[in-house]
Order: sequence, then C-alpha cells, then structure tokens
Amino acid sequence: MKLNINNSEHDVDMDPRTPLLYVLRDDLKLNAAKFGCGLGQCGACTVLVDGEPIFSCVTPIALLADKQITTLEGLGTSEQPAPIQRAFIEAQAAQCGYCIPGMMMRAQALLQKNPHASDAEIRAWLEPNLCRCGTHMRILRAIHRAQAMMTTAQEGSQG
Amino acid sequence: MLQSVWDGKIRRDPIGPMMRAKRFARNAVVFCFILALVAGIFAIAAWQPALAPISPPPAGSIDSSLIKRGAELAAIGDCGVCHTAPSGREFAGGVGIQTPFGTIYSTNITPDEKTGIGNWSETAFQRAMRHGVRRDGGYLYPAFPYDHFTLVSDDDDKALYAFVMTREPVHAIPPANELPFPLNVRLVMAGWNLAFLHPGPYRADTAHDENWNRGAYLVEGVGHCGACHTPRNFLGAEKADQKFAGGEAEGWTAYALDASSPAPMPWNADALTHYLSLGFADDHGVARGPMADVASDLRSASQDDVRAIAAYVAAQIGDQGPERPNVAHQVAVQAARGKTVADTSADNQADVKTLRDPHGNDEGAQIYAGACAGCHKGPRALPYGGINLALSSGIAGPSANNLINVVLYGLPAAEATHAPIMPGFINAMNDTQLILLARYLRARFTNNLPWSDIADSVREARSAQRAMTAQQAPSPEPAPAGTMQRITDEAQHQ
Amino acid sequence: MSGAPITLSRRAVLVGSGALILSFSSTARLLAQDSGVPPTAPPQPSAPPPPGSLAKAPFLDSWIRIDADGAITVFTGKAELGQGIKTALLQVAAEQLDADFGQIKLVTADTALTADEGFTAGSHSMQDSGTAIMNAAAQVRQLLIAVAAQRAGRPADQMTTENAAVVAPDGRRFGYGELVAAELLHVQAAPQSVLKDPSRYKIMNRRIPRVDIPAKVTGGAAFVQDLRPDGMVHARIVRPPSYGATLVGVESGAVEAMPGVLKVVRDGSFLAVIAEREFQAIEAMRALAAAAQWQETAKLPDAENLPDFLAGLPSQDITVLDQQQSGLGGAKTLSATYSRPYVAHGSIGPSCAVAQLDSGTLTVWTHTQGVFPDRDAIAEMLHMPKDKVRCIHTEGAGCYGHNGADDAAADAAVLARAMPGRPVRVQWTREQEHACEPYGPAMMVKVSAALDDAGNIVDWDYGVWSNTHNMRPGGAGALLAARSLAEPFPAPEPKPIPMPEGGGDRNSIPLYKFPSAKVIYHFLPAMPVRISALRALGGYMNVFSIESFMDELAAAAAADPVEFRLKHLDDPRAREVVSTAAERFGWSHKPRAGLPGRGYGFAFARYKNLAAYCAIACEVEVNHETGRARMVRAVAAVDSGQVVNPDGITNQIEGAILQSMSWTLYENVTFDERRITSVDWATYPILRFSAVPDAMEVHIINRPGMPFLGSGEAGQGPAAAAVANAVANATGHRFRDLPLAKERIKAAIGI
Repeated sequence: MKLNINNSEHDVDMDPRTPLLYVLRDDLKLNAAKFGCGLGQCGACTVLVDGEPIFSCVTPIALLADKQITTLEGLGTSEQPAPIQRAFIEAQAAQCGYCIPGMMMRAQALLQKNPHASDAEIRAWLEPNLCRCGTHMRILRAIHRAQAMMTTAQEGSQG
Repeated sequence: MLQSVWDGKIRRDPIGPMMRAKRFARNAVVFCFILALVAGIFAIAAWQPALAPISPPPAGSIDSSLIKRGAELAAIGDCGVCHTAPSGREFAGGVGIQTPFGTIYSTNITPDEKTGIGNWSETAFQRAMRHGVRRDGGYLYPAFPYDHFTLVSDDDDKALYAFVMTREPVHAIPPANELPFPLNVRLVMAGWNLAFLHPGPYRADTAHDENWNRGAYLVEGVGHCGACHTPRNFLGAEKADQKFAGGEAEGWTAYALDASSPAPMPWNADALTHYLSLGFADDHGVARGPMADVASDLRSASQDDVRAIAAYVAAQIGDQGPERPNVAHQVAVQAARGKTVADTSADNQADVKTLRDPHGNDEGAQIYAGACAGCHKGPRALPYGGINLALSSGIAGPSANNLINVVLYGLPAAEATHAPIMPGFINAMNDTQLILLARYLRARFTNNLPWSDIADSVREARSAQRAMTAQQAPSPEPAPAGTMQRITDEAQHQ
Repeated sequence: MSGAPITLSRRAVLVGSGALILSFSSTARLLAQDSGVPPTAPPQPSAPPPPGSLAKAPFLDSWIRIDADGAITVFTGKAELGQGIKTALLQVAAEQLDADFGQIKLVTADTALTADEGFTAGSHSMQDSGTAIMNAAAQVRQLLIAVAAQRAGRPADQMTTENAAVVAPDGRRFGYGELVAAELLHVQAAPQSVLKDPSRYKIMNRRIPRVDIPAKVTGGAAFVQDLRPDGMVHARIVRPPSYGATLVGVESGAVEAMPGVLKVVRDGSFLAVIAEREFQAIEAMRALAAAAQWQETAKLPDAENLPDFLAGLPSQDITVLDQQQSGLGGAKTLSATYSRPYVAHGSIGPSCAVAQLDSGTLTVWTHTQGVFPDRDAIAEMLHMPKDKVRCIHTEGAGCYGHNGADDAAADAAVLARAMPGRPVRVQWTREQEHACEPYGPAMMVKVSAALDDAGNIVDWDYGVWSNTHNMRPGGAGALLAARSLAEPFPAPEPKPIPMPEGGGDRNSIPLYKFPSAKVIYHFLPAMPVRISALRALGGYMNVFSIESFMDELAAAAAADPVEFRLKHLDDPRAREVVSTAAERFGWSHKPRAGLPGRGYGFAFARYKNLAAYCAIACEVEVNHETGRARMVRAVAAVDSGQVVNPDGITNQIEGAILQSMSWTLYENVTFDERRITSVDWATYPILRFSAVPDAMEVHIINRPGMPFLGSGEAGQGPAAAAVANAVANATGHRFRDLPLAKERIKAAIGI
C-alpha cells in the first residue's frame, strides 16, 4: 500500500495490521519516533497524521492510506532545522533525549493549530507524554521558545 | 368583507371595522389582565421568602463524626463532580451543565460568605435540598437534582451541611447561566416543581426489607442515579413510568438499569458492588465517562452503603427473564473462545467469515486486528488489560455512542493514580474508518442487530470536545476470579 | 613530521627528573584498532599513582591519540547516559590540549578500544575519567611542546600552544600532527600535570552545547535502538512470569510456522523467537508466550508490610560509625522510623541490544553502564575467551543505574550464537523492562537523637536496613539469561559496597557534627525481589531519613530548619550551599506560609560525603480534598568543584529533583505473592506534566581549580526530603513511609 510520509509517497509492502512505528523505523529507517511502550501510554512514538498527533505504536498502517504522515525528520534537518528543532537545541532540552522527538511532535501539533497557546494549555496538552529523566522544565522552555520563533516568523511574513 | 372565524361561517359583518378593532382591543386587554392576574397569583403563591443570612459556624464547632457522615454522603451524591471545575478549586462551582434548554453553571458551594453559601443557615440548606429554593428565595434549576435530593432525611441533610460548611472557603463567581426567556426567570421553576417535584423525605416501602429500603433511599435520593439513567420528557423531567429505562449524561449513554439492561453478562449485586467500589467488574469492564467519577467518589463512601446501592440496582434489573442464564452462558463461551493471543491472518479469515454484517468488512477486521487486538485479545486481566469485547455493553448496547466515545478519546492517564490507560484514536481514524470498525465489532462480538445510528454518533462525538474523565482505579492487587474465569475453565473441559 | 627518533627524555619532560622510561610496544599500539587487550600496565612501584583513572590505565595513549594528519581522538572508558559526559570530557580535553573543541573525536566505552573504567556510575565520570583526560591531555601537551621546542631550538617555556599547534616565539607553527612520532604518547603518565590556570579557561566552565543533542532532535542515529546493520533480524524474549520459574513445556510448532519466523530458541528456561521483521517477532512472541507453560515457585513478601519484613530478615550488622559517647545528657530524645518501598528505574526506552557472532568473535552493541564487566559476564556465560567478545557502548534511554541493559546484551549474545553471522536485535517490551529489571531495594531506617537544652543535637543513633545496592560485577550469574539456561549460572552472592562509597549505607553518616554518633548498617543478604543499583543507591533513602529527622528535631528545638542545620554544619562549602539555597529561595520570608495547603521544606546533603554538595528549598501545595501534593517551586544550590559544563550540572540537578519528586510522591513497585504486578505506566504511574512545578532554579557555586565532584546523583536525596518536609509543613503531619501517595496524605489529614 502507499503511505504519504513527509510529503513523499512510499510503497510499503507490509501486513496492513503493522503499527506505523515499525514501518517508520524498520522499513523507512527513520529514527525519531521511538518505541517506549507499544501501549499508547508514553508518547515516545508520537507522529502527526494530517497535522494531529497519534501514537504510531498502536496505529496500524491500514488506517493511514490517503493521509499525510509527518515525522520529526519531515519538519527539518540538522542543516536546516525547523523552529521547534532550533528551540530544543538552543534550550538544550534533553537529557537522554529518548522522549524528545515525541514531545516535539506533540508540541508541533499544538503550535500549528493554536500558536498562542498559554503555558497552562501547553502543559495540559503534553500530559500524554512521559519523560523519565525529569527534563520537563526545559521542554516547556523550549516549546515557549519555538512558539516565539514561530509567531515572530508569522508576523514577519505578514508585515 | 371580513371573514369571521368565530362560528366558521362566512357572513356579512354587521358591526364594521372600527367597532371590531375596539372590541378586539378590549378583549386583548381583558385577556392580558386575566393572564397578569393568574401570573400574579402564581407569583404570590410561588414566592419564597429569603432566609436570614448567618455567619458561618466557627471551625471546630461542628462534630467531626457528623462531618465524616456528610463526607460519605457527599461521596454518594458526587457533589464535587458538578461543583468543581476542571482547573478550579474544590466545590467552587463553574461547571457548565449542558441541557436541551441551555447551559447552566454550577454554583460555588464553599462556605465563602460573599460568593459561596457561607451565610446559609442549616434551614436554608435543607430548603434547597428539599424544595429547590435558594437562601434568597430564588428557585434553583433541576440541573441541581433536588427532585432526588428532596428524599434525603433531615439527619443526613444536617450531615451534608456540616460537611459543606467545613470546606475551604473560595472566592469564585461562576459564569452566568445561558438560558432563553422565560426560562431565565427562575420563578417559572415553581410551575415545574408543581408538576414534577414530590417533596420528601424518603418514606420506607413496607413491602421490602431494611436493606432494600436503604438502597432505595440512597439510589433515589442523594445518589440521584435516575438523573442519568432515566429518560426525560420534553420539559426535562424524568419520566416516572420509565424509571431506569436508560438515559444520557454529557454525551454518554447511561445504560438501562431495569430489565432492559443491555450488558452481555447479567449484573448481580456482587458485580455491581465491585464495579461501584473498585471501578471495574470482571464480566463488564471498567467504569468510564461520567461513571468514572461516580466510582471514584464511591471509593470514599461507606462500603455498607455501596453494597446497599448495588443490591437495590440489581433488584431493579431483576433476573431479566427465564432465558437470561442461557444467553449469559453463550456469551461466556463465546468470550472464552475468542480469547487467544495470537491474531494470525488465519484467525482473521475465520473471524471475517463469521460476520453477520452483509457488507463484508475486511477493513474493520484489519483495523481491529491492528489497533485493538493487541490489548483486547491479550492475556492481561481487568482492569488494566483490555476488556474482552464480547463482554462489552458498549458494543452490545442500544446505540454506538459509548463505543465511539471510548474509541475516539480512550482512557487518559490519571496523574499519580493506578488506572487503566487506553489510547484514543480520534486522530488516527476518520469517520469512515470509525464506522467500519464499529460495524465490525457489533457484528463480530454480539448477536444483536446492527446499529442504525453509527454515523450520527460519530459526527456528534467528534464535534463535542468530550472531556474524558480520568478513572480512579482500584488497588493493584489482581481482581478475584469472576464468572468469566469459571466459564473459561468449564469451556476448556468440554 | 614523524620519523625523527625520540631523543628527549619524555619522563624527564613530564616529571622534570628521573630515569627515562621508554617502552616499545610490539604492536604499534597507537594505530591498532583491533587489539582487544586494554592498554593497562601497573605504574612504577615507588611513584605515587597518577590521578583519576590514569591510575588504572597510565599510558597517555590510552586516552589521547594524535594522528599524523593532526586528527585528535580522545578515549574514555565512560559512557554517555544522557548526562552530557561526552561533551564535558571533550571540553576538558580541548581546554588542556588547546585544541578546537569541534575537531576532537571522542570514543566512549568499548572493550576493544578504551580503558577499563568499570561502570559509568556513582557520579564518578568527571572525577575519574574527567580527571584522567584532563591530566593526560595536559601531559600530552607538555610532550608536544618539548618536541616542538627541540625542533625550533628554543626553550620549552617560550613555546605556547593554540588551535592544536605549538607556536614558537618567532611565530613558527608546528601542528600537533607533525610533532607526533610513532611512540611519542606511549608513556606512562606522571603523578602531576601542568594544568591550565582556570582563569584562562575558554572552554571549560562554559555552556558548550551538547554534541549529542542535534542528532537526537533531527532524527539522526543516536541510540542502540537505531542500529540497523545489514542482515539484521529481530528477536523477542519470552521471559519467565516470575522469579525462578522454569519452562515446563512449550508447543512451538505453530509459532515456528508463523510468517517471517526464523527460529524459536529454547535453552533450558530461556525462550525466545527470531523473525525477519519486527512486528512478526512481536506477534510470534505473543503466541509463544501463550504456548509456554511454566512452573512457578517464587514467594514474594507482603508488599503492604515491607518494613516489618525487612526487620525480620537475617542481617549482617556493619558498624559504619562508632563515635558514641555516653553521659552527654540530652534534655529531649526523639525517635523515628522511615521506610521506602522498591522503586523502579523505569527507563522510558525498554532495554535493547544488537549482537553478532562472526568468525568466532562476538560483538555486542549495548547500553550497559559497564562494557567491561558485561563483556566478562557474557564471555563466561558463553564459555568464550574474553578477547573474543567485544562490547561497544551505544546509547540507550536513561538508565539511572542497573536496568535491563546488561541482560538485554546477554540475551542478544545468546541469540547471536543461535544465528551465527547475522546481527540479532533484541528489544525488551515495556512489561519486561518493568517486571524484570532489578529495582532499588526497599529500605528501612530507625533513628533516634538527643537534644540538649540549647537545642543542639548531642547524640545520634542511626540504623539502616537494606539489601546490597549493587549486583555487579557479578559474573555470568548476574545475567537473567545465564540463570535460565539449561546449564545455569547461579546468581552471585550479594556483597556490601564498602564505605566511604557504601551501598545501603551510602550517605548514612550525616555531614553534621555531633559530639556522639553511631551508625549501623543492617546488611540483608536475602533478596526475594530482584534488586541492584538505582541512582544515588542508599543515598536517596538515607538523606530522606536524615533530613526529615533533622526537621523533626528542629521542630522539637523550636528552631528554623535552615538555622538548625547551619548550627550543626562546620564544612564551609556545605554552609555555603545551604545559605545560598535559602537566600535565593527567599526562605526568610515565605509569602504563602500559613495559607491552607501550602508548605515549605528544606534539605541538604553532600553526596557520599565525598562528591557534590546540594541544598534544596521548595514550596509545595496539598489539596485537602484529594490529598494530592504538588511541588510548586524549587531552588537548588550545588557545589561541584571545578565546573566544566554548568548547563550539564543544571540539567542533572533539575532532572534529579523531578525524578526524585516522582519517586517520593508516587512510586512503588507492586507485587502479589508470586509476580510483579506493576508492569507498565498504568500500574506504575510517574510524574506527568500536570504536576510539574511552576518554577525551578539551580545555582552553581564554581570552585576554580578544585577537583571535579560528581553531581549526577547529588539532587536525589535532598529533593525527597525537601518535598517531605514541605508536605509536613503544609499538613501538620509527618510522613515517614514513602511514597507520599495522595491516599496516604488524605487519610492523615482527614475530612
């Protein structure tokens, strides 16, 4: 079946029951989305489908034909990082870093649809994602930073 | 020529337009005068006096055992659920209750003098509970279910008062109600009360024993179960002749608690006690939606009271007819058979073949196999493992409503609480996929007729930003083996 | 320009006098990649040992390699765990070598390439590896200067270094690459180095951005989970459902016929399945687990009564401190008993490893904290010579001690042997990581103290009950796989870690000065529940207990908690962190004191009484209706000696506070009579964003030129006690049994 991932079509020859996470990691060799629990409890596997966050560990690819899948790799690269990536680097928002791609994708979904989300809204929005190292303060700072970058860019382009 | 409608005949008008107009005006004035008179009489009759404000009783002056009793009753009454906003302080109000007539916001019932009920006397409090009237004489709306609370005894009202007056005072003003005229004139509730309020307190039914009456008192009174589980008429009152025939709450179906209970396995008092006090029952699933709050609160209620409630509700459901045990047995055998872990494609093919849905539905089978089977076919017991779907009321019930809610929103993690977590699929499935899945589950796991309203349920559920309550679950010990376990053992020995 | 014979005395260069020591290594050690023999040699018998890990691996070229083209490689036996050690060590090397930070390559723990620095644990990385690299780099620089000076014909003290080159007074530059000759760096380190003056630091004590973060936020390969060597296959283990369960039978025929399944491996009670694709392996695992029949014999203690259980176990009593004097006469005596349950590491990424057996050599990519001990254990398990097994550290998710990583490595090794030639990837499930990892042990503390009339502590009597906190190195028997094989290896005997490091007794000696004090460690060998090292080891519980008790004593003495601590502390660095934290927090005026449900707490400890100092002040709110406690604000002060990367320290302390808060408020491993029942995030809930504090600050006190003090675990104990003290302040109730679950708090505060 065909999957649209990061704006390109991929022909995937997998059992349609296969959760997206394994297709991303094993077939497409994309590293960002991570296996954390396989149960939809921790958010380490979060990617976007049509701009909204899903747990790729419990989403079979059978559900995803004709939908736009976005992974962290699709937002930007180390040479040309997206605002959220720049923000996380500048804020040094990682300890082990394992949970971070999931956090970033979850945050990206929020900032895309609610660019002026308050701190309380950001915190509530991130509830499904776990961080065991205790990097929460930095993650919040990084998201605020990304928010500032994104709203400035928007205002700049509208000016 | 004017047509006169008074006698249905067309005839010549002997009076003339000017006279007719004057006569019409005079009749109108008379009519309005009579209306005003009636309204005035009504208003005078309905008027309730304001009761004198008091200073809140000092801390430590109230008997602590009375407060404790009040707390237990408040746990059954779920006061906090309606009177505590999601990010608000306890009992400070502000929860918007959607009714067909508009949104009504719960009030601040902390003992704050300015914005709460801090200057309500015990009499004023009881009048609100018994008659639905506030301290200042204004009528309350039955979104506050005083039509149930009226049954609460004087002693229990005292205990509730003691509890409420010893909460932390919070200065908070809830939003104004959003009701159209004339409903925003509180006085009209006097008329509603006339028709639908049967003032209490509860009177024992001598045809039943003490335990039954205890259960009845709690269920019909402070527990106000019928407020969700009984259908309502066009005036928003519960239909007295359809008690416990099923209702709705916050977008969830509140299943019938009478003989038409749709649960695949029958409810009994033990299962209900377990469900109400621990938030799950082996043969039924976990409490979710508004029942999650109820089960969570009942954890702090007196367990004797919970048992009495369960016994009364079980009595309402009754034995559901002579065929029920057979049906239950069939369900159990079916459920046991379906509980193998491996979901190979061979299993899939076999399952697809047994579908009763004539529209085939390979896609629904695939979605189930990929998204659901991992947890719902796994070996892990309730409440943390996914329920065996053959036992699910959500799939067997009269509408797809609750199933759609759960699939879309899941069971979110509860902070610092041992509670089952289920991911929501709201962003992973579009409406078409949801409908296919729902039809497949209905066909595969029940022998009931297909739903006719799935598309409506889906549309409505998706548009309502359903706030899913986090479930407070039981202690981590494994649950005692339920009926399911015994039937499984039997099935394996057949 | 290499090739010039070495005619200078390197030893003379490094120590300024003494005999020349030149050793000629038969295999050009500088350039060999494949030698599996770690470059160690005992130092000169009469000379004092060189600092840090140089004592164990004294040859400079074990740490620094400079190629003819000028490329610089630094080797460390430590591993990146997410604590930023790669970056910090690069900073150290770059600073002392005067080389560009971005041009240096760092090779981390690899049994074929690096020194054996044991485990990356105990907050030793900066103290041991950082010190070794700092000194090795400084001494390498000295040698390079000497060679350049000789070539330039100038005295060495007229030469300077910059940008990986030695510069003569006339401006002539000698790149490091041209100066290096074959054996130049194969010399043992001297006991002392000429280190750069901290006031001239350009890279150390700077917030250099971490070198590993960019890949982690752009989808670069960063973790062992990201390895995909050609031909790799996927494996899943079917673990016994309880400790010691034996596999009675398994009908694996159906599983072997499942799509993609290559092999079902059974060796005794070790059971696993290997498949081409990952999801195929997962489905096969589920089917195999359903088909397996186990005989279970485990008997677990009563989870509701762990303190009693611990008190009833046979113990070996170790006197940790005996400075007890009698007759000091206390006006008031207080006693208390504290406890904590088993606590899980709960790594967010379940353990993973990749192993390949190729031409008789086994390579394992693993996130174990100790590649050398894990290698030794695996070699023993497989009856292979050590030099045929290579363990390469590859990052995993945060481990916080001994989690499932070593076991996953062993699993992969067993399976690699079953499929020679192909890389086998083993991924643990969430449930396996939660149920099979070795936990932080349950502990109990009993303490009593006497106060005189002036409110001074005059006597202190402290006892701690605990299992060992470390089951490594333990040989093959420490590995789950090895214990399950048909010819199993028995679990190693538990041994206490001696003080001053300690295990259950870590931090059991308060830093406070008491005229009379006794500390006994009741070491409990019996381990019905699998345990091992969890971040801070006994330090978490001992500091929680000591600092809670200090508050109880302060209250009995009607003293302010901070003043009370200062009264008993004479270590000036300790006093300074305490004062700094209190002052920065605003301890002297607490704006919401007295408001219902608000409380303030303070705690202090020096990790192991040897490593970093940390003091924490916090504010907590407790919901009266639910009993839920939440930290609102925290301010920490930390003294880590010479600071290398201040951001790294801040990150570690912030993380420690939040992780410790989660342990303290929420966490306990649950089990029934036979099995662990906390097997996922539903049954083992941890901190989520809804409870994250509003604000947190970390203030670092830099000590230029002083030794590095390990900081990775320093926040754990003080955070626990600060929270507990704040909850006590908020509710008027003292909670001594962890966790401070909301149900417990609610039960105490009542309706």
